[in-house]
Amino acid sequence: MNKVIDGEMGLDSFSFSSQNKDLAEVEIAKYPEGRKASAVMPLLELAQRQNGGWLSRAAMDYVAETLDMPFIKVYEVATFYTMYNLKKVGKFHVQVCTNLPCWLRGSDQVVDACKNQLNISFGETSEDAMFTLTEVECLGACVNAPMMQVNDDYYEDLNEVSTKSILSELASGNSPKPGSQIDRKSCEPIGGLTSLIQQSKEAIESK
Amino acid sequence: MPSIKINGRDIEVEEGLTVLQACEEAGVEIPRFCYHERLSIAGNCRMCLVEMEPSPKPIASCAMPINDGMVIHTDTDLVKKAREGVMEFLLINHPLDCPICDQGGECDLQDQAMGYGLDKSRFLESKRAVKNKYLGPLVSTIMTRCIHCTRCIRFAQEIAGVPELGATGRGENMEVGTYVEKALSSELSGNLVDLCPVGALTSKPYEFKARSWELVKTQSIDVFDAMGSNIRIDSRGSEVMRVLPRINNSINEEWISDKTRHACDGLGRQRLDRPYVRRNGKLEEESWDGVLSVIAEKMINTSPKRMAAIAGDLVDCESLVSLKDLMQTLGCNNLDCRQDSGAFGNPRSSYIFNSGIKGIDRADVILLIGCNPRWEAPVLNARIRKQYLNGAIIGVIGPEFDLTFPFEHLSPDLKEIKNMLEHPSEFSDKLAKARRPMLVLGSGALAREDGEAILGAARDLAERVNIVNSEWNGFNVLQRAASRVGGLDLGFVPKTNKDLGTREILRAAEKKEIDVIYLLGSDEIEMDRLGDAFVIYQGHHGDAGAHRADAILPGAAYTEKNGTYVNLEGRCQRALRAVFPPGEAKEDWAIIRALSERIGKKLPFDNLLQVRERMSEVNPIFSNVNKISEASWGEFGSRGEIKDSEFIQPIENFYMTDVISRASATMAECTEVALAKKEKAA
Repeated sequence: MNKVIDGEMGLDSFSFSSQNKDLAEVEIAKYPEGRKASAVMPLLELAQRQNGGWLSRAAMDYVAETLDMPFIKVYEVATFYTMYNLKKVGKFHVQVCTNLPCWLRGSDQVVDACKNQLNISFGETSEDAMFTLTEVECLGACVNAPMMQVNDDYYEDLNEVSTKSILSELASGNSPKPGSQIDRKSCEPIGGLTSLIQQSKEAIESK
Repeated sequence: MPSIKINGRDIEVEEGLTVLQACEEAGVEIPRFCYHERLSIAGNCRMCLVEMEPSPKPIASCAMPINDGMVIHTDTDLVKKAREGVMEFLLINHPLDCPICDQGGECDLQDQAMGYGLDKSRFLESKRAVKNKYLGPLVSTIMTRCIHCTRCIRFAQEIAGVPELGATGRGENMEVGTYVEKALSSELSGNLVDLCPVGALTSKPYEFKARSWELVKTQSIDVFDAMGSNIRIDSRGSEVMRVLPRINNSINEEWISDKTRHACDGLGRQRLDRPYVRRNGKLEEESWDGVLSVIAEKMINTSPKRMAAIAGDLVDCESLVSLKDLMQTLGCNNLDCRQDSGAFGNPRSSYIFNSGIKGIDRADVILLIGCNPRWEAPVLNARIRKQYLNGAIIGVIGPEFDLTFPFEHLSPDLKEIKNMLEHPSEFSDKLAKARRPMLVLGSGALAREDGEAILGAARDLAERVNIVNSEWNGFNVLQRAASRVGGLDLGFVPKTNKDLGTREILRAAEKKEIDVIYLLGSDEIEMDRLGDAFVIYQGHHGDAGAHRADAILPGAAYTEKNGTYVNLEGRCQRALRAVFPPGEAKEDWAIIRALSERIGKKLPFDNLLQVRERMSEVNPIFSNVNKISEASWGEFGSRGEIKDSEFIQPIENFYMTDVISRASATMAECTEVALAKKEKAA
């Protein structure tokens, strides 16, 4: 987990779009008067989305000003959480989990597939600015390990082939189906149900 | 009062204390890094672990409030083992560079490692290394040494009021810094160095200069503002190496301003180390004998009406009383210790900070008139900020400054005082309803031509809104010259209306009505208005005064003499001599005493003790050392018109206000950084 603290800065001006301004107001309204600073995390997320997946310094400063916080307090939050990117990321931010369950289920192959297909290593962005590859800690989808996250979507039950196909589909502008790549339903056992079979049948019939 | 048991001893302690504070009261020392009594509690260093029955795990004593019946052990095996564990973790990433570390010898980590450290490391992996940060010209950083106690972060945010420091990153990658590189914009940044329990933040100007155990420590009083901050001067041989604060809860708590701390390198530059006399337009070196004869002859042959004396801002009371006595025995009453001609009244309460600095801690509404306490007395400003955080309401009349806390800006115009007097406003209602309202009147406002009227209006306002009553006097004048209150107490001012003060002396000198002007450390007056008078300059630095002088008497700076200073709240304090004056320079009162003998009007004192007796004779407050003498309320100021004239900021540059700081290279660097910052902002 090598979080880059020295961000790229980026001093171009930043301000919320009118839509995000409304969303920000909704977030701020959730907290009592004078406790605006509590909304810092959702606002940073809004800013990151609007800014193409990363937080420039201008974006962090803007959030700080919106919430009447000292700049450094926002920097502290933004550098603490790995979900905020302080460097430019590609159009697709590929985050591969390499924690124990994923590793046991073959995350090494997934990582290799990504590296070979995209021709980059962890922490790098492809030359065409399409892909950024990041190694991440557990994303909470261990049942369907190994897995990776691309922007907002989880791709699970990966192997070398499915990983490569997802990446090439993304590259060619298509949207591959998120979730399990071996057509398992949600996180049910791979070979179909093994317990509570009767109850589930009844449930289906009663519908 | 809750009663608790510490190491088998029952003690009663005040409610609301923490276990650590209770242990301290019981005389049990608890090791700590992050806890600091003047900062909020962080509880992140874990060094203060103690055992509390029946908790199975040790607790952090700094963050645990006491409860009646608590049983605490601080000397068990568990406690020792826990602290040793904490220490081992702290030392994992701490470099073993004590021999080249400036903190060596006065380092909390070093000291506590003696008590709780292992004799060898079990950590075989690589230590982490952290990039150093730039925090300005005063604080040097070696961030690899940082143990993340966050004292500096809390100080910057809570005391200094500049939330610019923070902890970025997480876990192993956590770093303390500003994230975006910049110098700290605080006049109190030097205190970070004192707060840092390790050698991560050290003093840049003092870097690699000396070891703490080779220094001679002398208790002294600061003269860069009128607060009279208690300081310790660390010297080696004839050189002042550094200045540190001493704890005095009534005055500076344990902070000092950056100028107090770092202007001391100016003491070694541009010094007047021998007498000079001007001949054919050029200053020539002269012996003491020679210079005293020249001056004596001049003074004997000049009519006392055509002589004058002005004293500067850094002068001690001993030399003030000597010069006053000398001039008055000659029959000259054209004396002034006010270079800026600031207005004052007859009762002492008209020129001091009546509530005392400690009184700020009790004030609930504070009205600042024509002052910028952040520059005129940074430590006092921090105290006002503390009171703001405690809920005080603050209003400002006069120019607006960033005071590190928000305030209601009532009006940029000082006429507002009269307005408030005549038509009660929203803010004057707040003052009137407050329990302990306070008014702080700046020296810049009093120095205007209409200073008397401002003083009078402020006085009347104070009476109108109950700032002054039988148990509380919140009428405060914020002086900024260390010598001012002492000078006024000694009567170093024109005796009658016919005698001349600084303003009139300059006017008269321009018209060539003054033939001899004695400048006692006075450099902040307009020298080109002195006409063709014979100027005697007595002081320690070659600045404006010496430049214009016809005869120079080399005196001693504040570190080089035993001096008495009265601070802005009227507290008489004694500074001790740390080093000797350079070259042939002498203590100032002795120079005046020698001169008086030459003139044939020998002053009746031969040693310091007798000078001080004479001071007590002039004003009994001088026998009341270290205490505040109560000042009675009375009538003062005029009822005249407050003019439209623009307010002139008395301090243009915080870092350079007097001869010492103007000669200091460190202060020059601070000025540059501050200017660059101002330009960038503009």
